[in-house]
Amino acid sequence: MLRLDDVTVAYDGVPAVAGATLDVPDGSVVAVLGPSGCGKSTLLRAVAGLEPPTHGTIAWDDADLAGVPTHKRGFALMFQEGQLFSHLTVARNVGYALRLRRTSRADVAARVGELLALVGLEGYDDRLPATLSGGERQRVALARSLAARPRLLLLDEPLSALDAGLRERLAGELHAILREAGTTSIVVTHDQEEAFALADRLVVMREGRIVQQGPIEEVWAAPADADTALFLGYARVLEGDAADVVLDAAGLTLAPAVALRRSALTVAADGPLAGRLVSARATPEVTRLVVDVDGVGEVDAVASSGLPAGPGERVGLAVDPGRLARLPRTQHVAG
Amino acid sequence: MRRTLSLVALAAAPVVVLTLFFLLPVGGMLARGLWPDGADGGFDPGAALEVLARPRTGRVVWFTVWTSSAATAVAVLLGLPAAYALHRLRWRGRAAVRAALLVPFVLPTVVVGVAFRQLLREGGPLGFLGLDQTPAAIVMGLVFFNVSVVVRTVGAAWEGLDRRPAEAAAALGASPATVFRTVTLPALRPAVASAAGVVFLFCATAFGVVLTLGGVRYASVETEIYLLTTVLYDQAGAAALSIVQLLAVVALLVVTGRLRRVADATVQRVTARPQRPRRADAPQLALTGLLVVALATPIAALVVRSLRDDGRWSLANYTALQTRGDDGLLVVPATTALRNSLQTAVDATWIALLLGLLVAVVLTGRSRSRAERRTRAVLDGFFMLPLGVSAVTLGFGLLVTLGREPLDLRTWPLLVPLAQALVALPLVVRTLVPVLAGIDDRQRQAAASLGAGPLRTALTVDVPVVARPLLASAGFAFAVSLGEFGATSFLSRADHPTLPVVVVRLLGRPGEQNYGMALAAAVVLAATTALVVLAVERLRVPALGAW
Repeated sequence: MLRLDDVTVAYDGVPAVAGATLDVPDGSVVAVLGPSGCGKSTLLRAVAGLEPPTHGTIAWDDADLAGVPTHKRGFALMFQEGQLFSHLTVARNVGYALRLRRTSRADVAARVGELLALVGLEGYDDRLPATLSGGERQRVALARSLAARPRLLLLDEPLSALDAGLRERLAGELHAILREAGTTSIVVTHDQEEAFALADRLVVMREGRIVQQGPIEEVWAAPADADTALFLGYARVLEGDAADVVLDAAGLTLAPAVALRRSALTVAADGPLAGRLVSARATPEVTRLVVDVDGVGEVDAVASSGLPAGPGERVGLAVDPGRLARLPRTQHVAG
Repeated sequence: MRRTLSLVALAAAPVVVLTLFFLLPVGGMLARGLWPDGADGGFDPGAALEVLARPRTGRVVWFTVWTSSAATAVAVLLGLPAAYALHRLRWRGRAAVRAALLVPFVLPTVVVGVAFRQLLREGGPLGFLGLDQTPAAIVMGLVFFNVSVVVRTVGAAWEGLDRRPAEAAAALGASPATVFRTVTLPALRPAVASAAGVVFLFCATAFGVVLTLGGVRYASVETEIYLLTTVLYDQAGAAALSIVQLLAVVALLVVTGRLRRVADATVQRVTARPQRPRRADAPQLALTGLLVVALATPIAALVVRSLRDDGRWSLANYTALQTRGDDGLLVVPATTALRNSLQTAVDATWIALLLGLLVAVVLTGRSRSRAERRTRAVLDGFFMLPLGVSAVTLGFGLLVTLGREPLDLRTWPLLVPLAQALVALPLVVRTLVPVLAGIDDRQRQAAASLGAGPLRTALTVDVPVVARPLLASAGFAFAVSLGEFGATSFLSRADHPTLPVVVVRLLGRPGEQNYGMALAAAVVLAATTALVVLAVERLRVPALGAW
C-alpha cells in the first residue's frame, strides 16, 4: 500500500503540491482529478521519485521511499503521449524492463507476446512507434509498463492525447486490463469522464491541495464544495433562497447550497416548480433547455422528447433528487 | 518551370562566385598536377600517382588519420559531460562558462599553436612533460579547438531532448547508466555523429595548429600540401594529395550522413527545463570544471608570457607592436596589420553573409517537383565544397589561376576577403539553414491569406526569426576571417599583411624581441576574436552551425 503523509513539493519555494495526505490500497485504481496546473502531475512525479518532496513522507508498505531512486522503486510510469523509445521496435519497447532484469530471450519473447495480446496488438512486434496510431502507441506504452510487473502503475493523463471516440473505447479496455492485471494504479487526469471510467477511488485536487477523496460514488454524490461540484460535472450551484426552493421541491432537507446536474430538472406539467422557457436545443437523446424558474433563476433542464413549449412560454418542472447534491457551504462559486 | 527558373536566378550569384573563385582555382591547381606540361602536354597522372606511392606520403596520410581520430575521440569524450552540465543543468555561472567554451573554436589557429608551444616548450609551465613537438601536442591542440563543437552540437540536441522517455525508462527499472546507454545515447546519436564527423573534418584539414606544433618532424596532409607547393615546388605531388583529401572528405560526409539517419526522424522538440544539479551530477560538473581549466591553461600561459620582458613584468612586447620588429623584419608595423585584419574581416563578413543568405534561401525553399529537389540537393553539396578543400589548396589555386592574364586579381583588394568568405561560407550556411527550414510554411501561408504580399510576408515571418542567427553568423564569419591563415598566407601581399600572417612571420625568426612581439600580437588577435564571439553568444542563438 502506498501512503503519502503531508507531502509538499515546491519549485523554487513555490509549492506545487501542499500537504497532500493520501492512501492507495493494494489492488485499487485511484484517480487524481483536477484542472491543469493543480499539481496533480507533480504529485505523481513525486511518487515516482522524479521530484523530491520538500516536506512529508511517501511510503510503500510502511517503508519510507525518501532516497530510493526512481529505478529502484518498482513503480512504472506511463505518460500522456506514451513516450515510447522511438528507436526501438514495439517488441523491444515492451520487453525493455525484462531485458534490464536479464530475463532469458525466450521468456522475454513469451511475455511480450502475452502482453501484446492483452492490449490487443498481436503481430505488432516489429513495427516502429512512428508507424502506430495514437491509440496503438498508448496501448504499447501500457504493455511496456505492465511488463515490469510494477508494484504500482502511475498513469499520467493516459488518454488525454487521443480523440474522443478512441478515448472512450480505450478507457473501457484500460479499465478491463487494469482489473485483469490486478495492478495497483494511480491515474492522473483533468477529465472526469476518464476518472469515472478507470478508477474506483477519486482524489480531487485544486491549487496544490487535495480537497476531497473517497470512493468514487461517494465523492460524486457529495462533493465537498461548489468548485468541486462544478469540476465533477455538475452544471450549476445554487445558494440561499434559490437552493431552498429546489431542495424543498425535491423533498430534501435544506442546505446552504445545492449542485444541480443538467438533468436534475425535467419537464412535467404537474411538477412542483414552474418557469419561463428561455432556450431549447435538441440533442440525440434529450432536449436540453434553459428555464428561468420562479424564485430560482436560470437553470438547466431536460425534456424527454421534442419541444415542450415555445421560448417565452411557461413550463412545469419536476426535480430528481438523485441528480443533485447538497453542499455544506459555498466559499466561492466559479462559472 | 517558372519556379525552377527563379530558383536558378537566386542561386546564380553564389554559383558564379563559387565557380570563379573556388572551382576554377582549385581545378586549376589540380590540373597543374595532372597535366604537368600544360593543356598541350596531355593527361599525365603518372607524376601524381608516383607521389602517392612514396613512403613519406603514406606516413603523412597515416599521421593525419590517427591524430584526427584520436583528437575526435578525446573531444567527444570530454565534450559529452560538458554538454550535459551546460545544457541540462541549471547553475550560477552557466552562461559565462558556455560563452567561454565557445572562444577556443574561433581562436585563430596560429594563436592556439603559439599558446601550446609556449605552454609545452622547454622551460614553459608544462615543459617538464616533454611534449613539445610531439604528436601528443598536436592532438591536444586539435582537441582544444574542437571540443566546443561537440559541446555546442550535442548540447543543443540534448537541450531539446524530451525528458520523459528517460523518466519512463527509470520508472521501468533502468539505472541512470542504463538510461543513458539505452535511451539518451540513441537519441543523441545523430548529434554525436554529426559532431564527430565535423570535428574529424576540422582536425584532418587543420593547418595552423599542425604547422606551429608539429615543427619539421610531423606533417599532416594539409601541411604537406603547403610544403610541396611553397618549399619544394612539387605541384604534381600537391595536386595528388589535394585529390586524396577531397575524396576522403566527400567519403566522410557521406558516412556521417548515414550515421545521422535514424529509425524515426520526427524529433519531438521541447526545450527541457534545465534541472538543478543533484549529487549524481557531481562527476559531470567536475569534468566540466576540469575542461574549462584545461582550455584556459594555454591561453593563460600565452598571456602571462606576453607580459614578461627580460624576466620582469612589462608591456614592452605590446608597445613593440608599433614597430616593425627586430632588424625591420616586418614591412609594416603589427598595428597596421591589425587594422588590415579588421578591414579584411569586415569585407569578408558582408560577402559571406550575402552569399550565405542567398544560398540558405535557395536551399530551404520548398521543392514541388523532383527536378527541383534534385537541383537543391546538388546545390547543397556544391556550397559545402569549401569545407572539404584545403584552404592551402584554395589559396595557392587562387594565386596561380588568377595571378596571370587574362585576369590578374592579385592586387584586387577584395581577393583576400573573398577567399576568407569562402572559407566561412559553410559555417554561415549551416547556421542559417536550420533556422529558415524550421519556419513552418503555414505561417507564411497564414500571412499571405491575411493579405500580405511576398515582401510583407518575409518581413512578418522570416526576418524576425532570421535576424539574430544572421547577426550571429556575421560574428562567426568575422571571427573566422580574423583568424584565417591557410589561404591568406598565399594571397596577402607583403605590404598588406593580416595579423596572423605577421605572427607566423615573427615566430619564424629567432630573437627574444620577435618572440615576445609574436605573443603580444597573438594575445591581441585572441582578445579581438573573443570579444566578437562573446557578443555573438549574447544573442543566444540556440544552434550555431547545426551540422
